[in-house]
Amino acid sequence: MPERIALEFERPIIDLEKKIAEMRALSGSSQIELDDEIFRLEKKANKLRKDVYSSLTRWQKTQLARHPDRPYTLDYVKRIFDQFVELHGDRAFADDPAIVTGLGKIDETSVIVIGHQKGRGTKDNLYRNFGMPNPEGYRKAKRIMALAEKFNRPIIAFIDTPGAYPGLGAEERGQAEAIATNLMVMAKLPVPYIAVVIGEGGSGGALAISVADRIYMLENSIYSVITPEGCASILYRDASHAPKAAEAMKITAKDLAGLKLIDGLIDEPLGGAHRDPDFVAGKIKEMLLSALDELKSVPVDELIAKRHQRYFDVGVWSEVKK
Amino acid sequence: MAWFQKTKKTLESKKKSELPDGLWMKCENCGEIIFRKELIKNHHICQTCRFHFRISSRDYIELLVDEGSFREFNAELISADPLKFKDTKKYTDRVQAAVKKTGINDAVRTGFGTMDERKIVLGVMDFDFFGGSVGSVVGEKITRAVFKAIEGKYPLILVSASGGMRMQEGMYSLLQMAKTTCALAELSVAGLPYISVLTHPTTGGTTASFSMQGDVIIAEPGALIGFAGPRVIKQTIGQDLPPGFQRSEFLLQHGFIDMIEDRSRLKKTLSTIISHLCD
Ligand SMILES: [Zn+2]
Repeated sequence: MPERIALEFERPIIDLEKKIAEMRALSGSSQIELDDEIFRLEKKANKLRKDVYSSLTRWQKTQLARHPDRPYTLDYVKRIFDQFVELHGDRAFADDPAIVTGLGKIDETSVIVIGHQKGRGTKDNLYRNFGMPNPEGYRKAKRIMALAEKFNRPIIAFIDTPGAYPGLGAEERGQAEAIATNLMVMAKLPVPYIAVVIGEGGSGGALAISVADRIYMLENSIYSVITPEGCASILYRDASHAPKAAEAMKITAKDLAGLKLIDGLIDEPLGGAHRDPDFVAGKIKEMLLSALDELKSVPVDELIAKRHQRYFDVGVWSEVKK
Repeated sequence: MAWFQKTKKTLESKKKSELPDGLWMKCENCGEIIFRKELIKNHHICQTCRFHFRISSRDYIELLVDEGSFREFNAELISADPLKFKDTKKYTDRVQAAVKKTGINDAVRTGFGTMDERKIVLGVMDFDFFGGSVGSVVGEKITRAVFKAIEGKYPLILVSASGGMRMQEGMYSLLQMAKTTCALAELSVAGLPYISVLTHPTTGGTTASFSMQGDVIIAEPGALIGFAGPRVIKQTIGQDLPPGFQRSEFLLQHGFIDMIEDRSRLKKTLSTIISHLCD
């Protein structure tokens, strides 16, 4: 078994699991009878997992959403879609590896796939820019949206980014314009659009590919107007207050389902999606198939009108007496 | 400027009754000392360096519409604190403070007006209210303004001044980017013009949504316009930003805005553009 990367709050669980694995190995290779002890520890581990993972704070969920072992877009793509073909480039400046786009089939339905892509390990992460797109990434997505319109294919988007990249070149090449334009394209798009937040929904950089007819979130994913660190550094002038900011902004899937800002929550195994990517991919696929089925027969005008209405309904205010 | 502060103090202490507070001002760009009355007469533009001082939404509305023609709507909308947000202060207290400071209920004012006798719908953001941040109220007011434009077949002008989405309303704020976009998509399908005017500063989700979606985009000279704020970029890349970075002139050079217009000519330019686009 490969070494698991443990977050601080799950250290006791991971340690216990390691101990159990060691005893198993020992029990297999010797005459010593350890079954009772293993059974006892398994029971203890189960209880510990349930205790820890069922009462996670918003900040702990944020850490899970960013877990280095967490499945990324392409991990789900290969489990959900058949005959996936990746398409590259914005036809203007570059190909941005922080966003992947392509064609695939989910069961019998041909779809267009768009997703943020993080990297695993330092080298891959540098290549993927930690999942933070430049304008080219959003323009590649826009090109693929046009393809979806031309060939009348629904779009499935996977959301997983800390945010749009705040760099010199990104500003020079119009990060704001790229995002603003994508929002407008999606607002007018005559095909079904389904978005699944699989990790981090980082502000405008996430929204830039997720103006959708259906939005689902994995149980331990987050979606936020600003990162907890960014919020804390403004409100408390100190990024280390991020846990407080995460609490205040209510950024978890459960929060947003409660506020009716998303359409549904997709279960993860105890400990997070990385504990069983096949299981989670299966759950996502089920959700996608049922959403596609609901949306496929909706006339285009109605589809767009309902998409608009879903956003027109967002907001809470009151009125002062005149 | 130390000598100036000293002079001002001396003057004030000598003839306090004759000199109302802030009779003189210093240009924050070139340091020139300006007579306040002169500044107001010149649309709050420094006559030495053409720096555009930030003005209130009230002054901006006066600048753009025919005298006395503005009819504000939805002014009574005010934040309801959907997340019960609290950091070092309660969000509701911050809102109350902003209301008291500015005399308006949120960071945008919207209404009908005439511009050279043509009826328009106008929205003007106010940076003095909560840094011009966009939450539920601003999003709703802009959306309703767009609907009024569609209903009456009027052109729409939005003047931005904003630090981005308002953190204190969490996802409600972020989704206002999509909400205003959906409204503007309907305006676009209706074939009505939307002119976006960018003033100092316009950053974050505001720039990345309605501010950059104008059929025509006009910026004031020297305005800071960008997605990420300069501080965040500096932190990310670990070096100082080049001079003029993210200013109007930089955006014009890189092809992201149609023109830079001096405030003193803005009304005439807007009027001309609209007359070209509307029958
Ligand atoms: Zn000056």
